[in-house]
Amino acid sequence: MSDEYEYQHQVEELEGKSASAARLFDVRRIIGGLFVIYGIMVTLAGITVSDADLKKAENININLWTGVCMLVLGLLFLLWLRLRPSAPPHPAPEPPTPPEEGPNAGGS
Amino acid sequence: MHCLAEGLRLPTNALDYSILILYFVVVLGVGFAARASIKTSLDFFLSGRSLPAWVTGLAFVAANLGALEILGMAANGAQYGVYTVHWYWVGAIPAMVFLGLVMMPFYYGSKVRSVPEFLLHRYGPASHLLSSIIFSVASVLIAGVNLYALAIVVEALLGWPQWVAIVVAGLFVLVYITLGGLSSAIYNEVLQFFVILAALIPLTVVGLKRVGGFGGLADTLNDRYGENFTSAWGGTGIGSVNPLGANWLTIVLGLGFCLSFGYWTTNFAEVQRALSARNLSAAQRTPLIAAYPKMFIPLIVVVPGLIALVIEPGLGSTKSGLQYNDAIPLLMRDLLPNGVLGVAVTGLLAAFMAGMAANVSSFNTVFTNDIWAAYVRKGRSDEHYLLTGRVVTAVGVVCGMGTAVIASSFSNIMNYLQTLFSFFNVPLFCVFIIGMFWRRATAAAGFWGLLSGTVAAMINYFWLYKAQVISIPSDQGANFVSAIVAFVAGGVVMVTVSLCTKPKPVESLAGLVYGTTSPGMAEPPAVGDEAWYRRPALLGWGAIVLAALCYVPFSL
Repeated sequence: MSDEYEYQHQVEELEGKSASAARLFDVRRIIGGLFVIYGIMVTLAGITVSDADLKKAENININLWTGVCMLVLGLLFLLWLRLRPSAPPHPAPEPPTPPEEGPNAGGS
Repeated sequence: MHCLAEGLRLPTNALDYSILILYFVVVLGVGFAARASIKTSLDFFLSGRSLPAWVTGLAFVAANLGALEILGMAANGAQYGVYTVHWYWVGAIPAMVFLGLVMMPFYYGSKVRSVPEFLLHRYGPASHLLSSIIFSVASVLIAGVNLYALAIVVEALLGWPQWVAIVVAGLFVLVYITLGGLSSAIYNEVLQFFVILAALIPLTVVGLKRVGGFGGLADTLNDRYGENFTSAWGGTGIGSVNPLGANWLTIVLGLGFCLSFGYWTTNFAEVQRALSARNLSAAQRTPLIAAYPKMFIPLIVVVPGLIALVIEPGLGSTKSGLQYNDAIPLLMRDLLPNGVLGVAVTGLLAAFMAGMAANVSSFNTVFTNDIWAAYVRKGRSDEHYLLTGRVVTAVGVVCGMGTAVIASSFSNIMNYLQTLFSFFNVPLFCVFIIGMFWRRATAAAGFWGLLSGTVAAMINYFWLYKAQVISIPSDQGANFVSAIVAFVAGGVVMVTVSLCTKPKPVESLAGLVYGTTSPGMAEPPAVGDEAWYRRPALLGWGAIVLAALCYVPFSL
């Protein structure tokens, strides 16, 4: 019987040692950052739109609209991250958790 | 397999390429940044079971929203009309809800690390090994087919030689999964989900304006192809003829029950996303959260297919040289100015890579846990298995690249193999569902049910249908019927074998069968999970009701 459930203990043990919860960065930062940059690029293309481009897209300035929407989406993600930073990881992993978390993945 | 027509070359410029290159940089960046979080094999294969539900939910839907799916469903839209919505509202939502509400407590609660591992504990090694091997081979093959399709599309749209596209996309996937494991696959899927929305929504908006809105679109299609083309159920009575070659019964039972439940509830590339969630409630919510975007994807995938058909009436005929699969690239070329065009190209490439990454990240898990650690090298240290996972990832991608090269000369064989593997999921679902609800089902029944169901589907498809012993009007229709055959044959064999063999002792089934819980499993609910909008039952039934309501405008 204990043999049958050994794999469960193994998984629990690994879960205890796991570093994902504490050290994995927050994906909202990446989505927010990329969409802000994309938003700016595409909005600029929309502001400097040529007549040929307008005609191609059925007289909708699609670059402007898409760019602004992407920018807003990006900012919303950054705002969300700001308002509700990632929740603290599981109550008691063996090493004491550092007081602030999330940004220690660096990079972005 | 499709070949894109000449003349689909997109007028890309430096702006479009900067958008594309920036995306590739970010994808690699995610891989490098996620690397810091990989300490154990559980981190690598299942993100340490620590991700929030909205991330795993979006990854769940994005893993399915590969480019083959996008191009293929737009093609189905142009070929079969509004019938294509059945793949979403009957053929996905109920199965996703079932996975979340009914099956996830067994999967997540029993702490298995993969779908085949559940078979090991519920039935035993025979069915476990069979399904692990078939899953591994199928994953590598499908990753290769994905890569080959990407090469064709990229060659047509951007003019890159095929081998360049295969090597570049393959290496990017290899690097970011080897470094960051499932976490980087999932994060990139979430990113891809938003980029593909940013690509397809503008395309649909401009396209709709071109054809005079939804009203104009429906009028033109009705005039040209008849009322049934814009109806979900019109012409699907038993015995009546329609382009799909299926009637309402085979649609509901074959597509809606057998094929769809088989795919969504037992395909590890999907279920893995839910298993990486941070607790049982989040795991249950993963497919439920995914169900909501999935429901509205026809709006930006099937609708463009219909628009393309209106703009280019020759689509799909041999005369024009344009195939149904060209629907979305065609609209991109005709409607999108530089800028949004770059986003669309990026979205398409991202979708190809995400589709492949989903296969690779589930393949490395099954191969390492269920073949290597279970039968080849037992009882090694966790570091050994983590390293194995990384090596297997690299080997899997390289095999996929090889498959892509082979696929270019044997594309018909590839199609058959894909059909063949698609049959395997249906008896697998049959074995799961019987095993979860019937304690008496025995180890031998699991193995023989799996095998006989698969063989029965193949006999039906390749012999009875292809050799025209029975008449089914189309491949799709034959697929639906074969799925029903697989399910019934698997079920009958399982019941028969179970009654003749000795059942497993009840103690060894705790947590694996309905009405039992595994020892020490009772996990306290996380703070905030009791909020009403996080209750799985409400989310699930809400999705079902909404999907049913989606049918209303197309059924009256």
